Amino acid sequence: MTAPLAIELVGIDKRFGSVRANKDIDLKVAKGSIHGIVGENGAGKSTLMSILYGFYHADGGEIRVDGRPVTIADSQAAIALGIGMVHQHFMLVENFTVLENVILGAEGGPLLAGGVARARATLKRLAEDYDLKVDPDAVIEDLPVGLQQRVEILKALFRGADILILDEPTGVLTPAEADHLFRILKVLRDEGKTVLLITHKLREIMAITDEVSVMRRGEMVATRQTSKTSMGELAELMVGRRVLLEVEKQPASPGRPVLQVENLTARDGRGVDVVRDVSFEVRAGEIVGIAGVSGNGQSELLEAIAGIRPVRSGAVTIDGTRLDLARHPVDAAAMRRHGLAHVPEDRHRMGLVTSFSEYENAILGYHRDPAYGRGPMLDIGAIREAARVEIEKYDIRPPDCLLRTAGFSGGNQQKIVLAREIERDPVILLVGQPTRGVDIGAIEFIHKRLVALRDAGKGVLLVSVELDEIRALADRVLVMFDGRVVGERAPETDESELGLLMAGAAQEAAE
Amino acid sequence: MRAGQLPRWADYGLMPAINVVAAFLVSGLVVLLIGENPVEAVRILVWGALGWNEGIGFTLFYATNFIFTGLAVAVAFHAGLFNIGGEGQAYLGGLGVALACLALDRFVPWWVTLPVAVAGAAAAGALWALVPAYLQAKRGSHVVITTIMFNFIAASLMVYLLVNVMAKTGSMQPETRTFEAGGRLPLLQTILPGVDFGSAPVNLSFVLALLSCLLVWVLIWRTRLGYEIRTFGASPGAAVYAGISPVRITIVTMLISGGLAGMMAINEIMGSQHRLLIEFVSGYGFVGIAVALMGRAHPVGIILAAILFGILYQGGAELAFEMPAITRDMIVVIQGLVILFAGALEHMFRPLLLRLFGILAAPASKPA
Amino acid sequence: MFETLILILDSTVRLATPLLLAALAGLYSERSGVFDIGLEGKMLGAAFAAGAAAAVTGSAWAGLAAGILVAIALALVHGFACITHRGNQIVSGVAINFLAIGLTALLGQDWFRQGGRTPPLSGDGRFTNIQLPFAEALRDVPVIGGLYSELLSGHNLLVYVAFLAVPVTWWVLFRTRFGLRLRAVGENPAAVDTAGISVTWLRYRAVICTGILCGIAGTYLSVAQSAGFIKDMTAGKGFIALAALIFAKWKPVPVMFACLLFGFLDAAAIRLQGQEIPGIGEVPVQAIQALPYILTVVLLAGFIGRAVPPKAGGVAYVKERT
Repeated sequence: MTAPLAIELVGIDKRFGSVRANKDIDLKVAKGSIHGIVGENGAGKSTLMSILYGFYHADGGEIRVDGRPVTIADSQAAIALGIGMVHQHFMLVENFTVLENVILGAEGGPLLAGGVARARATLKRLAEDYDLKVDPDAVIEDLPVGLQQRVEILKALFRGADILILDEPTGVLTPAEADHLFRILKVLRDEGKTVLLITHKLREIMAITDEVSVMRRGEMVATRQTSKTSMGELAELMVGRRVLLEVEKQPASPGRPVLQVENLTARDGRGVDVVRDVSFEVRAGEIVGIAGVSGNGQSELLEAIAGIRPVRSGAVTIDGTRLDLARHPVDAAAMRRHGLAHVPEDRHRMGLVTSFSEYENAILGYHRDPAYGRGPMLDIGAIREAARVEIEKYDIRPPDCLLRTAGFSGGNQQKIVLAREIERDPVILLVGQPTRGVDIGAIEFIHKRLVALRDAGKGVLLVSVELDEIRALADRVLVMFDGRVVGERAPETDESELGLLMAGAAQEAAE
Repeated sequence: MRAGQLPRWADYGLMPAINVVAAFLVSGLVVLLIGENPVEAVRILVWGALGWNEGIGFTLFYATNFIFTGLAVAVAFHAGLFNIGGEGQAYLGGLGVALACLALDRFVPWWVTLPVAVAGAAAAGALWALVPAYLQAKRGSHVVITTIMFNFIAASLMVYLLVNVMAKTGSMQPETRTFEAGGRLPLLQTILPGVDFGSAPVNLSFVLALLSCLLVWVLIWRTRLGYEIRTFGASPGAAVYAGISPVRITIVTMLISGGLAGMMAINEIMGSQHRLLIEFVSGYGFVGIAVALMGRAHPVGIILAAILFGILYQGGAELAFEMPAITRDMIVVIQGLVILFAGALEHMFRPLLLRLFGILAAPASKPA
Repeated sequence: MFETLILILDSTVRLATPLLLAALAGLYSERSGVFDIGLEGKMLGAAFAAGAAAAVTGSAWAGLAAGILVAIALALVHGFACITHRGNQIVSGVAINFLAIGLTALLGQDWFRQGGRTPPLSGDGRFTNIQLPFAEALRDVPVIGGLYSELLSGHNLLVYVAFLAVPVTWWVLFRTRFGLRLRAVGENPAAVDTAGISVTWLRYRAVICTGILCGIAGTYLSVAQSAGFIKDMTAGKGFIALAALIFAKWKPVPVMFACLLFGFLDAAAIRLQGQEIPGIGEVPVQAIQALPYILTVVLLAGFIGRAVPPKAGGVAYVKERT
């Protein structure tokens, strides 16, 4: 590559507490190109881009823009260097007009009148140059998401951005809107702008980028010319070939169905359908894994089944009892009474109350259980005793049920949740990301427990973004993409084949 | 221990102590500003509150009010709710007490009236919290704003009732007739032999307040409902995960909170004034916020904080007598400073303390 | 009848003025995302400072300056607690109200020894009523004369300042860079931050504006409407102002109408004391006094329109860790 570089990162490091979000990152982005950065959620892409935009400060390393070393102290500095960013969650003021949003921070004087007139003219010109048409007087909250995103791009261009960073720009877009976005990005590139596209969708990378860099677990693992790589290779690079997780288990002997999901559809907080018409079943004595790149509806699927997320349509049958969740919503407590247990994905926000003592968390969701007291009272002695038994059985350390839960390591916190949910002898266990933020030793322990539960004749529904984990544990693998189950495979299936399914390749072929 | 965390004793003991000390230091500056000697002022204040029997009696009488309003705020805190309407709820509680006493005092002894009055106080206070609670739970109207509004509505309602409906015939005073013996709680000194509080009105309500502390402690830490309240307050996400209904918890907690605030009227109306009169709450409801903050929403802490404020109230009265330059308004200033430092600025000293603990812990964690 | 109406409207204007100033004050703070239930305290502090300074110097203008300074100081305490230390905005507001009640009474007694009052003001120590041109000449012209000479003319300077503050606030909010950013930071501070603007400094400027207007409101009470400070003279006006602000959905022109409405209710309550209204009978004064709060609760409940507070209100801004 001889083209001049728009951006060069050398040895960027960033820590959050004990987490190293970016490790010694090098990156070269050629001027006038579309450069993709792929990686799973949590790979460190967004952190890296936030450093480039001055939102965070790197702990080490150097940033060069147009060949010159720079320090980017804040967003203002980034803007001055010609860097613009379109955030994943739009940084728009929803009850402002397009024009007001565009000029915010670049008003061109203490009074608005002059700046507004100039901005209006500039917007008109930009709209024509880049095919970015938006009514400048429309209020943001009335606009569809695709247009809101256009406003974000206009904001950056209005500030004179030459380098445009887009963080997961298609996550909220319909396919048609995404295609329009890609056309715009190509126009921008042809006009000499540099585009950095952050995504976990391989289809997009292949469709539009010139070069692509892959991040995994905070590291930059490879950079390829897009024309010389393939989705399969990228998928492998993204997921990585880690030490194969060995879990000893016998072949499953599935029995009666314990969980049947029929045509389940659920929405996310913004009112978008994120689980679409999903149907499957889990039998007693088997582990069904749901694989998929995160953000494809798996999390919401679990929440909907667990009674936490409202269901738009569809039904769930637990151990023969059919629940029409759309018509008769049921809360999490009722689901537990039907024999469902749930290890949620986010143990800090849901699975645990971190300010509580360990023993108090050991009854979360089961605090109405007669075993824990008479009538309205709680029998603290009995609860602590039960907690001590679980601590011993699950080797939770430190073995102190009075300790505040925030004081336990990630692995031990997860064991607290797992112990609580498994020890209630459920017929079906839902597990989300069981080993996220968990140390190696605990991972092995947790995996063994899940298999033991299966062998005891229970059903397990496992959601994980770790493909290795799914392959090691599951007896059947369902792949979710874009809210739908797009295929079922055996866990022995070739990793790149699963990777392609996860990347939506099947969807692509069908279209 | 994780980075960025203090040991529990520092969190619950040291931090509030530092904040309260800061508040009192600034109060000392105010005394200096007036040109009096802060040390001498403290001496007079403490002696006035604790140095003689009647002083102690008054201190405990005031503390009784603060315990009730402090508990009211604290219970709501545990559910993550800010009940700033203790003032109005206590006012309405007075109505409940008065109705019970006016109806029964001529026919039955006080110990028959008492349970009815307690029920009336709690029910009236809870009722006054119900509308804000419902609006918060169902319609998302901020409970802080609605309870403020309800304080003022209560004030208007009570003035109307006392002037137009309940005033004793032929009197221009906005107050009811004085209760007979059946509507008066016995003074503490008449129950406890060998105790003499002089003319101080400390009465059986003090025992009731301590009992309420015990009940609140049991409720919050020993019942399933209390567990749900704390879970909802600490993590609404975890509460939904656990199948706890946010609507139910919000309403139930506010009812309990309003009921406790209403109980304050037992002490003032049935225990001391023996008639319902306007503005008898006179800020006790708001001071409950300071008491709850200082007591870290724990009944034991609330008893200690309530007694401290009782000392301030009684000692402050003595102080105003001995040092005329320092009027009773000094107490209000101290309350404001306690709320500021123990509440709004509660985290101000935390970074400092964290660094201090970091320095202290560092040599220990380094292996030799 | 017409004259009675004019008289009621005239006192409506006088009673609405402090509400209007305080409500507009709250508008700046709350629009920037800092809730303020300490309007009452700031007004009270300012009223005392203004009364004291005017009494000592004999100048109403010195009183105004002192009132504004004290209100700004209290506003900065609120800012220090809520913006810098991310403390609870409600708790901080309660604290400021307590501090103001206590300090004004305490210092008032210490300095002047008149039971918490400041010495009575006269002459240049007060803002006196201004007669608009031709007010006398037009007095006898039917209808218009009464309206002009009684209702529009003959108020003190601060009344005109208060009503002038409405279009000025509107202009600042919707026609200046500062106003644009202020509105933005109350809705989405992250958008302001990523646009390279300091959220902290912006919010501090907003609470300073709140201080200035609360200062004028307090000064009006002690130096213009009355001739000196009286203990607790705000008597809940800060909370009615807060109710008006919510009732007007945080918009300047509706704030004026809400304050006029609440002022009118107050004026009518005074007027109607003990009088029979044909067909209704005697309306309890207390019912009218409670009406502003009841109306605000009904509005908050969403039964007449919906009062949607600034989205980022009540929450300290912390950069999100993605």
